[in-house]
Amino acid sequence: MKAKVNGLERELADGSTVATVLALLEAPARGVAVALDGEVVPRAAWETTTVPDGAAVEVLTAVQGG
Amino acid sequence: MDDPLVIAGREFGSRLIMGTGGAANLAVLERALVASGTELTTVAMRRLDASGGGVLDLLGRLGITALPNTAGCRTAAEAVLTARLAREALETDWVKLEVVADDQTLLPDPVELLDAAEQLVDDGFVVLPYTSDDPVLASRLEQVGCAAVMPLGSPIGTGLGIRNPHNIELIVARASVPVILDAGVGTASDAALAMELGCSAVLLATAVTRAQDPERMAAAMRAGVEAGRLARSAGRIPKRFWAHASSPAVG
Repeated sequence: MKAKVNGLERELADGSTVATVLALLEAPARGVAVALDGEVVPRAAWETTTVPDGAAVEVLTAVQGG
Repeated sequence: MDDPLVIAGREFGSRLIMGTGGAANLAVLERALVASGTELTTVAMRRLDASGGGVLDLLGRLGITALPNTAGCRTAAEAVLTARLAREALETDWVKLEVVADDQTLLPDPVELLDAAEQLVDDGFVVLPYTSDDPVLASRLEQVGCAAVMPLGSPIGTGLGIRNPHNIELIVARASVPVILDAGVGTASDAALAMELGCSAVLLATAVTRAQDPERMAAAMRAGVEAGRLARSAGRIPKRFWAHASSPAVG
């Protein structure tokens, strides 16, 4: 299956979760947040939320700004 | 704490809120933040692969509270989602709400801003909106429950100072939440003027981070804010048309 992760199309194993995607991106344990198709996925649900085929996953963190 | 800034019941010893955008690197930013004395500093939310990481670690090490913003958002829906992501990532329900209309002016879009503010307040956020210097809009933002209002002095990054001081005074005169001058400050006298007009704090970034010597300018801004605050509370003399001798006229 495929999903768009931070704007880039990626091939993911069937049954991949939000946690799988974060591991793929080597995301740090703290300071990141995830939106799946425009909805926030709470940290507590990362392990159990599967990414549907064709989904858009956005992984954000804090950067210099403002 | 002597004369603290109080926002949503939380006290801050410094009345200078900093941004982190525009600094050449984290080392320069660190020296500027330390010199500014700030206790509250904004960060932006971007995709994980974008450059500019490491700022949260820096703020944590310096004991400065990170204030996420919604910079780059054009609609209420975008800003609400960004705020919710920031709450999840930074474990804070405080947000500097920015909803701008276009890239050329970066002026707030009043319709989208008010809509986003209302939604975020209802969702339990402490909302600090970046707004135009319109006293009516500032009142509306306060009415929907914003914890402060943050009018611009002039557009973001211009360094044009406070273009309409009377509007800032009008906002201050009617607000019962802190008024924080946000955007347009170019140099220390602008920060001092904001405080003399009655603002509770000043938020700035570019004027420091893009100055030739950011650390020195940060110290200047700190002194400017403190001087302006003192002058406001000291009660200035009335302006007179004619001279008024300060030495005895007789003897």
